[in-house]
Amino acid sequence: MMTVGLGHYLVVSAILLVLGIFGIFLNRKNVIVILMAIELILLSVNLNFVAFSAALGDLAGQIMAMLVLTVAAAEAAIGLAIVVIYFRNRGSIQVEDVNLMKG
Amino acid sequence: MNWTLALPEIVLAVIGLAILVFGVLRKQDNVLLCTMLAIGGFLVAGVLVLNGGQGVGFNGQFIADPFANFNKVLILLGASLAAILSLDFNEKQGIGRFEFPVLLLFATVGMMIMVSASNLMTLYLGLELQSLSLYVLAAFARDDLRSSEAGLKYFVLGGLASGLLLYGISLVYGFSGTMDFAKLASLLTSPEMASPGLIVGLVFVLVGLAFKVSAVPFHMWTPDVYEGAPTSVTAFFATAPKVAAMGLLLRVMSSPFGHLVTAWHSLIVMLAIGSMVLGAFAAIGQSNIKRLMAYSSIGHMGFALAGLSIGNADGVRGVLVYMAIYVVMTAGTFACIIAMRRQGRAVEQISDLAGLGSNDPFLAMLLAGFMFSLAGIPLMAGFFAKLYVLLAAVEGGSWSLAVVGVLSSVVGAFYYIRIIKVMYFDPPAGAFDQRAPSLSFVAGATGLFTVLFFLFPSPVVDAANFAAQSIFR
Repeated sequence: MMTVGLGHYLVVSAILLVLGIFGIFLNRKNVIVILMAIELILLSVNLNFVAFSAALGDLAGQIMAMLVLTVAAAEAAIGLAIVVIYFRNRGSIQVEDVNLMKG
Repeated sequence: MNWTLALPEIVLAVIGLAILVFGVLRKQDNVLLCTMLAIGGFLVAGVLVLNGGQGVGFNGQFIADPFANFNKVLILLGASLAAILSLDFNEKQGIGRFEFPVLLLFATVGMMIMVSASNLMTLYLGLELQSLSLYVLAAFARDDLRSSEAGLKYFVLGGLASGLLLYGISLVYGFSGTMDFAKLASLLTSPEMASPGLIVGLVFVLVGLAFKVSAVPFHMWTPDVYEGAPTSVTAFFATAPKVAAMGLLLRVMSSPFGHLVTAWHSLIVMLAIGSMVLGAFAAIGQSNIKRLMAYSSIGHMGFALAGLSIGNADGVRGVLVYMAIYVVMTAGTFACIIAMRRQGRAVEQISDLAGLGSNDPFLAMLLAGFMFSLAGIPLMAGFFAKLYVLLAAVEGGSWSLAVVGVLSSVVGAFYYIRIIKVMYFDPPAGAFDQRAPSLSFVAGATGLFTVLFFLFPSPVVDAANFAAQSIFR
């Protein structure tokens, strides 16, 4: 019987992080998916914090996880607001339409 | 627990909330009043910063030291100048709403917390308070497609940067057991003490902060956001947040990870060289002056990072002097850009400046002064900014950095001087509208500082020296 240790949590969270980053850069469809990818990154970080906190026996990591949850909620609210005003002006939230200025 | 150390931030946050309530309850047009209150708040906070006590408060979460104070004064200066510049521009663009000074104020509180952070938690708190306000500011002209696109791009890349920074913080925490800067510094007294996991965390933290200072290769959001955001917002983006992010980077690299110089030195050198070179070459082909200023700011951040990479007090002093001069001359340049308005419409192409030398000699002279200063022509303030950084690089033995810095500032001089050529030698393109007194005031005052800095460099340099010593105890 295999026990689930710190290493397993770290691997899961690293996979979530990579999925989140790829969700931002490889996604050619919809801006909402990018918002979800950002949330995925923040969740992977939270998993890391909680796993480390339990392994170290130190509460600071769990406090940080609560802080990150709060900030993620605020960030999602602002992100959705910006997407809404973008949609009002452009009439589309396809990623390939976000190209008025070439960077 | 000594909460009086954070008095400037607390007072500023309370003033922000008060203005918000006032603006909502008072139905009439109250932009001017709210902006004046915000500028008054910046002044009060500045006085409190200069007279405040020093030490560590909030159980080690918050530190007030000369380094934080130097950066806070610069941040408040940049924010006040941006608030003055926004008055005229926002009204003429039809985006004069009282939320603007409130958001400016909250972003400033976030930046002041950033430079006072002495724990990775406070660092994240300040960074997010700043970033969330800035996302909204970038999309502030909500009926303008370009502004909302700038806001969207800034939000996505800023969110990614915060995520990477946070992942780095979690690894640093996990592999060292603490988030406190002082404890980290005492744990990591030599490079051998750092585990590989901690180094990976450090690299993630560095990447997240490099996004915020827009260093190459994490600069791709800068030109689009600078071009798309309303010019008053761009003027703010180019000044105060850069100081805050650079101050944060300086503190994180010097205080908790100061003994790991060998681990991060080469990374910072790569960021610095990349930024200096890209800032010099990519700006050459630009026709939009706000986009040109974006590449210019990337180049300037490269110079500041070069000072950081040396990893001693001289280098930090160079960076602080650089940021002080950079804030003043950039604010002045944006005052001139905001004055570019023809028949009530803001114009922002470089070709629109043609003939400014004969149409408006005062503005042309000021803009020429700022361009010479940004290029680093001797006797202008910008020259001394580069001098202190490159001097520290040479004394620290980083000859390659100094050589790249000098060469890239030679290339960069080409596009700055091209603007002067357009203003004085191209066929005139029609006069600009009468500019507001507030713009003339900001441009004149910053222009005077830029030109006369060489006569009185010692107050700024001494303050920077004192501040730099305080993080290398």
